[in-house]
Amino acid sequence: MSDAVVPHRVESSPQRARPNASWLNRVLDSDIFYSFRRSRMTMVAAAVTVLFFLLAIFASQLAVQNPFDPAQLQLMNSRISPLWTAEGQSPFLLGTDEQGRDVFSAILYGLRISLVVGVLGVIFAGTLGITLGLIAGYVGGAVDGLIMRIADVQLTFPAILIALLVNGVAKSVFNNRLDAVSTLAVLVVAIGLSFWVQYARTVRGSVMVEKNKDYVAAAQLIGLPAPKIMLRHVLPNTMGPILVIATINLALAIITEATLSFLGAGMPDTMPSLGTLIRIGNNYLFAGEWWIVAFPGIALAGLILAINLLGDWLRDALNPKLR
Amino acid sequence: MLAFTLRRAIQAIGVMIAVGVIAFSMFRFAGDPVNQIVSLDTPAAEREAVRKSLGLDDPVPVQFARYFANAAQFKFGVSYQFRQPVSNLLMERMPATLELAACATVLAMVFGILMGVYSALRRDTILTKFFQAVSLIGISLPTFLIGILLIYLFSVTLGWLPSFGRGEVVRIGWWTTGLLTLSGLKALIMPSITLGLFQMTLIMRLVRAEMLEVLRTDYIRFARARGLTTRAIHFGHALKNTLVPVITVAGLQFGSVIAFAIITETVFQWPGMGLLFVQAVQNVDIPIMAAYLLMVSLIFVTINLVVDILYTVVDPRLRSTIRRPA
Repeated sequence: MSDAVVPHRVESSPQRARPNASWLNRVLDSDIFYSFRRSRMTMVAAAVTVLFFLLAIFASQLAVQNPFDPAQLQLMNSRISPLWTAEGQSPFLLGTDEQGRDVFSAILYGLRISLVVGVLGVIFAGTLGITLGLIAGYVGGAVDGLIMRIADVQLTFPAILIALLVNGVAKSVFNNRLDAVSTLAVLVVAIGLSFWVQYARTVRGSVMVEKNKDYVAAAQLIGLPAPKIMLRHVLPNTMGPILVIATINLALAIITEATLSFLGAGMPDTMPSLGTLIRIGNNYLFAGEWWIVAFPGIALAGLILAINLLGDWLRDALNPKLR
Repeated sequence: MLAFTLRRAIQAIGVMIAVGVIAFSMFRFAGDPVNQIVSLDTPAAEREAVRKSLGLDDPVPVQFARYFANAAQFKFGVSYQFRQPVSNLLMERMPATLELAACATVLAMVFGILMGVYSALRRDTILTKFFQAVSLIGISLPTFLIGILLIYLFSVTLGWLPSFGRGEVVRIGWWTTGLLTLSGLKALIMPSITLGLFQMTLIMRLVRAEMLEVLRTDYIRFARARGLTTRAIHFGHALKNTLVPVITVAGLQFGSVIAFAIITETVFQWPGMGLLFVQAVQNVDIPIMAAYLLMVSLIFVTINLVVDILYTVVDPRLRSTIRRPA
């Protein structure tokens, strides 16, 4: 029955003249938007996530200083506690650190780095995993066996270990002289290489189901090349679960990046992510300067929690069994 | 059954060989080992001598065979930073990591199962909501933040527990243990909680889901119809059947507990293998990285093998259906 042609766009055809409106209507009418509106927790999580992204994008406009330009820092301003405490001083909302850096500005810039690494890491992992999964599922046979064996073996090792190893090897290859931007690239690769397996497995599973359907046979009959069938026809039908994995993966990638930076194997002090800020701040904890570590920590935890909540909701909303 | 065990064992050996190749290529090709050993102004002739003494002139397959033979005898070469045999360094630090991982796992199992059973049986109480909030935090908070939070609370503010190290340790043969002294036990509390929290939330969610599933099955309904007490049904029949997957997961997770100990050990400056590994990554000490990779893989592969075999022993249903070629 699945091969019956369903004219699913009939209801929107009168509005074809205004494609924007019909697109908006379709979104507003969808099941997913309905379930989104019904869950207050999800709406809060979405708002918080968007807020974090906006803060990161407009970091240079919102910050009172560029915290990593030494010319803008003054040692006179070091170790000021947050604004609402007795010793707080005016432009420094969340206090300053040892070098007179404004903690709030540092968080904005750090957030930017964390999100860039996280998003690029997810894109890298997704591209790699989806490609390998498509090939494994569509081609099958020995290629499938090889790719999936590698995936099995890698799955027994925790991502953080793989990321640390990739990082260490990269440092060694480049003789431990990496500038901040190439460190960022190494981190993206390390995260990508540690998270591709889930995508590959999911895509392969869906492809195995999809490729026996009639539309694939039809595409093969009219002589479309295999890559085109895979990308244009099979892939779109596997996107639901991929979206869920990508969302949850974003949280994991951000955690991994923060952990690597915290361990001293990630972003350097000159271009810190939230994890680096926490590592720096951790040194001042015993001196009683809690704000240097607390606020980056809260920002990181809030970001991850919000993305996780979104991911949980998306998983339930896209799962037809739970409708 | 024998065929299955054998196939699994062969597969495990295959994985170890693959990891060995990776470890060897890291050791050999990621940076020049000679440069790490000699200083910058060492003359070329001396460099050649070092190169020769390390056997780096031999063909690569010969080097690989030698590396493998040495690794099988737990000889991993000399650390670049410490100038000591890596195996000594690892052996010295292994007890600390294993003790921490074992405590964290026990903690996670006990509290995870208790909380999971409770939240499955009393689905709408405040305590259940609280447990679920805790589990969300356990998954969302990165390990190192939990550690920092605990240190701030119990070391900096309250001053109850030490923030770093193992405390006093007692030496039994080559094993050192902190379980026999008061300061050792105190030092163990916060790192175990930090390390075990993620595992605990995992086990709690698993127990809850399995328990809810089992409670819906026919044989539980039948047990109710027979008039058994609620307690006998819940703990005698339901819980017992949920424990098989829980033990499997906890067993498989022991490997990742050891890997995640890297983070906990760094936060608490716990003198274990993980801290050694992080320092090796920071200082590009390849022999330690390669050796750690091999050791941890050995532990992982062994645990996976044992769990796989135990699983078929514990659950007879699987014996006839072992067709998974994985």
